[in-house]
Parts: sequence; structure tokens; C-alpha cells
Amino acid sequence: MNFRRLLIIVVPYAWLIALFLVPFLIILKISLSDIAIAIPPYTPTFDLSAGWEGVKTFFSELDFENYIFLWTDDLYWKSFLSSITIASVSTFLTLLVAFPIAYGMAKSPPSWRPTLMMLVILPFWTSFLIRVYSWMGILSNNGFLNSFLVWTGIIDSPLHILNTNIAVYIGIVYTYLPFMILPIYASLEKMDISLLEAAEDLGCTRMSAFWLVTVPLARHGIIAGCFLVFIPVNGEFVIPSLLGGSSTNMIGKVLWDEFFNNRDWPVASAVAIVLLLILVIPIMLFQRNQQKQQEAVL
Amino acid sequence: MNGRPLSWFNVTSLTLGFAFLYLPMLILVIYSFNASKLVTVWAGFSTKWYVALIHDQQFLDAAWVTLRVAVASSTLATILGTMAAYALTRFSRFAGRTVFSGMIYAPLVMPDVIIGLSLLLLFISIGLDRGIFTIILAHTTFSMCYVAIVVSSRLQSFDKSLEEAALDLGCTPFDAFKSVTLPIIAPAVISGWLLAFTLSLDDLVIASFVTGPSSTTLPIKIFSSIRLGVNPEINALSTILIAIVAVGVITASLVSKRTIAKREREALEAN
Repeated sequence: MNFRRLLIIVVPYAWLIALFLVPFLIILKISLSDIAIAIPPYTPTFDLSAGWEGVKTFFSELDFENYIFLWTDDLYWKSFLSSITIASVSTFLTLLVAFPIAYGMAKSPPSWRPTLMMLVILPFWTSFLIRVYSWMGILSNNGFLNSFLVWTGIIDSPLHILNTNIAVYIGIVYTYLPFMILPIYASLEKMDISLLEAAEDLGCTRMSAFWLVTVPLARHGIIAGCFLVFIPVNGEFVIPSLLGGSSTNMIGKVLWDEFFNNRDWPVASAVAIVLLLILVIPIMLFQRNQQKQQEAVL
Repeated sequence: MNGRPLSWFNVTSLTLGFAFLYLPMLILVIYSFNASKLVTVWAGFSTKWYVALIHDQQFLDAAWVTLRVAVASSTLATILGTMAAYALTRFSRFAGRTVFSGMIYAPLVMPDVIIGLSLLLLFISIGLDRGIFTIILAHTTFSMCYVAIVVSSRLQSFDKSLEEAALDLGCTPFDAFKSVTLPIIAPAVISGWLLAFTLSLDDLVIASFVTGPSSTTLPIKIFSSIRLGVNPEINALSTILIAIVAVGVITASLVSKRTIAKREREALEAN
């Protein structure tokens, strides 16, 4: 029993340490290195054969130069700032779109709910790339939306939407919508309707009952949904590179370009570490929220 | 939360919401049958993009690579993820449990660019040749966390005394797992596998980082063809992928509905 128990814990644990934790230490190390024209393209590299002296020179050659570079070059901190702004605004927009849908689902007859759930989950199973791509054809200058609007006579000349931040917002709300709907729906569905009736009997209007009863009870779902959107959007690469324009600077795209186009691995690693530091607080808050929710269930 | 009729506000938000979710894909599907190369000009019904797609060897190769990666990584991820779920829900106390559960939840929200870059740097520093094998390792790592969460929610909700009863009645722990626990968590394990499979099919960013020059997956191929604009062959490919997913998900839900109905009928007959 004990051996088996050990095996069940150790195998996945070791896997995650080797392929999730250790890589972070490597990123951290390379972010302190310098770019070099070599394979791999950074220096110093770890050389165990040189013994203790080798370890000492290895550590003495590490420095924070790349971080100072990120700090002094406008491009980077502007991209970080614009990623956080885009992520916050789009999280809020997603919440605005998702809440009424989740609310309607929770109020619908129980026999409809499995079908509605499936309809929300189905897009999640289809390729993310294709869902983003579908908006390229809709939003382009001679795309579906513009042709439709010109045809109806609402506008005379096509609107320029593709390759702007507006297209990025539309893409984010569209692709991340199920992540927001599902946790909110899950918390609303469990809600006891008699609480609302009690609030109304005690003199609440429908509106104030909504804000005083429904919203607080859906709190965990709303928080979970917001984190599930906000955190990954910060590092989003596909949406800004397909729907965004040259003015859209998101950090995921900067990291990609730094790595693949400039081949500056140390700077790319430093960008990754800073992004991680920015996201560490929301990630921890998210985990606490999930744990609380789990405790509430048990 | 029921007992109240749907207001017109609920009906409108549901209708608009689902229209928003489905119209873009519907438009994509319709235009994949367009004879014109232009997205917006309708030049009559045609299946020529599908024909072009089937004869495009690059796409077929990429699809084959993607399929192999997805099957291998989702199977590995299901085994590792189920073990992790079992460890988290059944062993309440062991050294480093917090770190362990942290590592399970973190990849869910971790930006892909960070996971991709960190894994690539790991593979390079240990001198692993990049290709299908490294993509499988990378995909297994993040999808096992999704599997672990799906399976552990099932493990939490089922009656632990069933397992204990089996043990009391003389089952070995392995037999108890095989004949009591596994059948109960099987639906979650299967949906975990399906989730891992689609995550792997879907991934562009991580695969781009960890792949070698010879193994191009379908998302990498799609991304490089749509970077410069809409491409009718990709519309056809998207339609095929959407159709596969739709058929798969609808079949799965019908099957599970029937099993539930059957189980309920049996329960009724037993009474």
C-alpha cells in the first residue's frame, strides 16, 4: 500500500517538477545571461567539468543587464502597460457579455440546461486559432460586416476595424466568453430562488435584490471567470498578431518577436520573468478563490 | 435557481449571446463553399477548395503529425493526470502537497508563451533533439493538469465509503481501484482524455517553440497561411474541423444521456 501510494504521488509530481518547475529556473538563469553568437546563443553556459572554480565564474558572469535594458527601453514597459490595460478592459467587457447569458441559462427550464451548456462548451472544443481566424473575414475592410453595413446604408465607406485594438477586444471577448460564462453559471445555478423571494418580501426592489443577493452569491463564479480571462490574456499572442495592428503592443507578441526574429534569448527570458512576476499575484488570488470554493462545496 | 419564467431580457440575452458565439463560425462554413477566392463576393457554390485541400501534401503531413502528437500526449496526460487527481483527493497530507497542487493549477492560467519558452530552454539545455517527441512532452505537461482537475472534481463528489467497503470485503487496493473507483470516475477520465486531445490539436504557441524544423503541426501550418489574410483553403479545413468536433460532442452527449436514462431505468426496476 505504501509503495503504491508513493508511486501515485511521485510519478506525476516528478513529471511536473522536471517539466514545469525546472524550466522556470532555466529561464531565470538565462535571463541573467548575455546574448552570444553561439549555440546556444547566450553566455555563460554551465560547465561542470571546471569544478568549483567553474561554478564561481559562472555565477559571477550573471547580471541584471537585461532587466535594466527592459526598464530603459520604452518598447517593453509600454507593451507591459498596454497588455495589462487590454487585459483589464477585455475582462470587464467579457463579464458584461457573459453575465446576462449565464443568468438566462440559470433561469431557463432545467430540461433546456444540458443543451444550453453544450452550446456554450462546443466553441471551446473547436480550434482557438480558427475562432480567431473567423473574425478576420468578418472585420476586414471588404469583409462581411462592412459589406453588410454598406449594403444596409448605415455607413457609406467601410470602417477600418481589422488590425486595430477594437478587433483585438472583439477577438478576446469572443474566444474567452465560455471561460466567463461557465463559472458564473455554475454558481448561479446552485442559488436558492427562495432567497430572492425573501428579499422581495422584505421590501427589496428587483434591482436591489439582484445587487444584494444574486451578485454576492455568484461572487466566486465571477471572480474565477475574471481571473480565467485576465491572466492568460496578458500573455496572448495569437489574437494581437492576427487581429491587432502595428499599434497593438502586447507582451506575448513582443516576447515572440524577441525570440524568433531577434533571436535574443536572454531578453526574451527576462520578458517572460517580468510577465510572470506581474501575473504571480493574480495567479495566487485565483488559486485561493478556487480553494475557498472547494471548501464551500465540501 | 428556477421557478421563475424567463423574462424578455433573459430571452434576448440568450438569443444574442448564442448568435454571437455561432454566427462567425457559420459565416466561415458558408464561405468555404464559395467559388470565388475573395471572402465577400459570392460567386456560386463550389467544393473546389476542399479538393485543393485534399491534394495539398503539406496539410496532410501536418495533420498526420498533429494526430500522432494528440493521441500520444492525451493518453500520457490522462494516466499522469488521473494519478495526480488521486494523490490530491485521497492523500490529504504529504510533503510538498501545496507545491504539488500549485503546479496543477498554475498551467491552467499560465500564458502559453512562457510555457513554450521555458520548455524549449529546458530541451536545449539537456540536449534533446526537437521534433514530435518534444511536442508530446510539452503537451502532456500542460494537459495533465486539465485532466487532474476534471478527474479530481469527480473523485471529490463520489462516496468514499464505497471504496472502503470494497477494502473491508477483502479487495486489494488495486482491485478496489479497478472494480469500484475506476468505473465511477470513468466518464471524467474519458472527458479528461478528450479535453487533452483537443488542447493538443489546438495548440499553436507551445508547439511553435518546442518543435524542430521537420515536424510542422496543423496549427503551425494554418497560422503561417493565414498570417497575411483570409485563405479559402483554410476555410475548408476549418469547416472540416468544426464538423468533426460538432459530430463528436453531440454523439458524446447523446451517449451519456442514454447511459443516464438506462441507469435510471435500472434503478427504478430494482426498486
